[in-house]
Amino acid sequence: MTVIYQKTKGLQDTPLHYCPGCGHGIVHKLIGEVLEELGLLDTTVGICPVGCAVFAGSYFSCDCIEAAHGRAPAVATGVKRTHPDQCVFTYQGDGDLASIGTAEIVHAAMRGEKITTIFINNAIYGMTGGQMAPTTLVGQRATTAPLGRDPAQAGWPIRMAEMLSTLEGLVYAERVCVVDIPRLNKAKKAIKRAFELQMAGKGFTFVEVLSPCPTNWGMEPLEANQWLMEHMAAYYPLGVVKDTGGVTG
Amino acid sequence: MAIHLHFDRDLCKGCQLCISLCPKHILALDSAPNTKGYRPACCTDEAACIGCASCAKICPDSVITITKD
Amino acid sequence: MQKREIWKGSEAIAEAAIRAGCRCFFGYPITPQNEIPEYMSRMLPQAGGVFVQAESELAAINMVYGAAASGVRAMTSSSSPGISLKQEGISYLVGAQLPAVIVNVMRGGPGLGSIQPSQGDYYQATRGGGNGDYRTVTLAPATLQEAVDLMQDAFDIADTYRNPVMVLADGLIGQMMEPIVWQDRPGRSLPPKTWAAEGRRGRTHNNFVTSLYIGAEECEEHNLELNRKYAAMEANECRWEELMTEDAQLILVAFGTPARVAETAMRNLRQEGWNVGLLRPITLWPFPTARIRELAGKSHVKAFLDVEMNLGQMLDDVNLAVNGQRPVHFYGRCGGAVPHVSEVEQAAQKVLEEVQ
Repeated sequence: MTVIYQKTKGLQDTPLHYCPGCGHGIVHKLIGEVLEELGLLDTTVGICPVGCAVFAGSYFSCDCIEAAHGRAPAVATGVKRTHPDQCVFTYQGDGDLASIGTAEIVHAAMRGEKITTIFINNAIYGMTGGQMAPTTLVGQRATTAPLGRDPAQAGWPIRMAEMLSTLEGLVYAERVCVVDIPRLNKAKKAIKRAFELQMAGKGFTFVEVLSPCPTNWGMEPLEANQWLMEHMAAYYPLGVVKDTGGVTG
Repeated sequence: MAIHLHFDRDLCKGCQLCISLCPKHILALDSAPNTKGYRPACCTDEAACIGCASCAKICPDSVITITKD
Repeated sequence: MQKREIWKGSEAIAEAAIRAGCRCFFGYPITPQNEIPEYMSRMLPQAGGVFVQAESELAAINMVYGAAASGVRAMTSSSSPGISLKQEGISYLVGAQLPAVIVNVMRGGPGLGSIQPSQGDYYQATRGGGNGDYRTVTLAPATLQEAVDLMQDAFDIADTYRNPVMVLADGLIGQMMEPIVWQDRPGRSLPPKTWAAEGRRGRTHNNFVTSLYIGAEECEEHNLELNRKYAAMEANECRWEELMTEDAQLILVAFGTPARVAETAMRNLRQEGWNVGLLRPITLWPFPTARIRELAGKSHVKAFLDVEMNLGQMLDDVNLAVNGQRPVHFYGRCGGAVPHVSEVEQAAQKVLEEVQ
């Protein structure tokens, strides 16, 4: 008997608490698979966010640290600077990374911290119940934008991958999604490259994942993926935003 | 060479992502709910499975294991 | 004879930290403690350590949190407004049971306040300025010798209890120059950091450092566990110094710079024939409550005079300790003003005349 597909050793056996069709579980799996394939599970420290992924430390099969809301890049800096040989990544949502933790992510990228940040952009606050995020699309409804996001009142959604790519310290930024297998494979490749560049000591690496939140978008999972491709991918273009990392390995 | 799909049915949340991606259209929701209260995904015709693993890869909860004899 | 060296307070504190095995420093510039990060940026790399100037005090304390969580001796320093920003991280350090040292070289407040010496952060340090039920051992040096000695102790206390320790100095301690003798402090025997998230490196289980206990009962149990540590700190770490309290009618209570002023006032008053003593808390938490209560019960003690560089914060603890047994008076200067010896003498004399 040969195994065609089984759950990665990069994840623990704890059942995930995420809602049906949520992108977090898929991205967790991709990170776990990449860490397992690169042989990094024994030398990785993951920094978990506040938000829906607050329990991520109980899911990843590596040492983890739970950070305060938005502070994961600062916490990661403390770990990586004192353990330069270890692999360090942060896993952050849009409220965590693009709102309360904007300073921390910008300056970690500015310093060229040799860490990897996986940014889950689902255009909404999930854990707290569907409030407007900095990434919420214009017109998109949220519990704190009941009539839809109005730029006159709330400004325009922020494109983090592009913004961070203006910084020299960032060597790699790609925006991906996980709505189908080709795109999922691309996402995994991006995550892998980010970790490889980190371990080659190149600099700060960033993967933004457009991710569905069926519950707070008020949609069925399949409908959410369609909406993501039609609306989110239109405003947040998929693909490599910056890659100055060169060859690794 | 037979391909086998194993569903850890109590982990399934019935999101149907696997069903939507199956090229052979051999996945469906079971009529009976699992312990979580969801109708979990199951395979209606294992013999037709080509082992592409699309279902397993997309599954957010790592419900599906695929083997072949 | 041991070699005496003249050092500036902030630099001496930084050097003491390096000698105590601190190998990483994360900070943000703020007056009057800039010599600490400046010294660290120069000397830590030479000691094989890490210095990062963070984008904010918030980031700095969270870098400390990360380094501490991965098992390294870490510290940060700041002054009052910056310490306010660090409160989030201090609360998380306590919640996640992480050892770290935070130095606060206090300046006048509230808000931007002044850049002169103050003790306005006593409440914040001893009550816990962040969210949740928590305590941090708070060490208050009155001389530079004591500051460097306490730095060593601070790291050991932090490691012993897996809890952050605050060194609460005022701007005068940070800015003054004074002779010190570098002495080898006997280090404590410390528990191994088996909990550190530094990569499994062959370990069969994952270490997960967190302050999240989502269920009410588990969070309560976590708090009770922390409370057992606070009780141990209270039992083992309380320190104070007493001068001439054996026959004192009036006991001055002061910490940090005002304790130096109060000591001079006490000696002057003694020369004039007044029986004055001084009790100087070295740990502000745990506070020497039992000893002050004991002194308040002695027949020769007629009153207390609390002297601070604020509007009367430690005064609450003195009052709680004295518990109404004797009158407790207060003399303070605030906003960056330092009390003069003559002012303290005058305040003391007034009390002494009242109790005759």
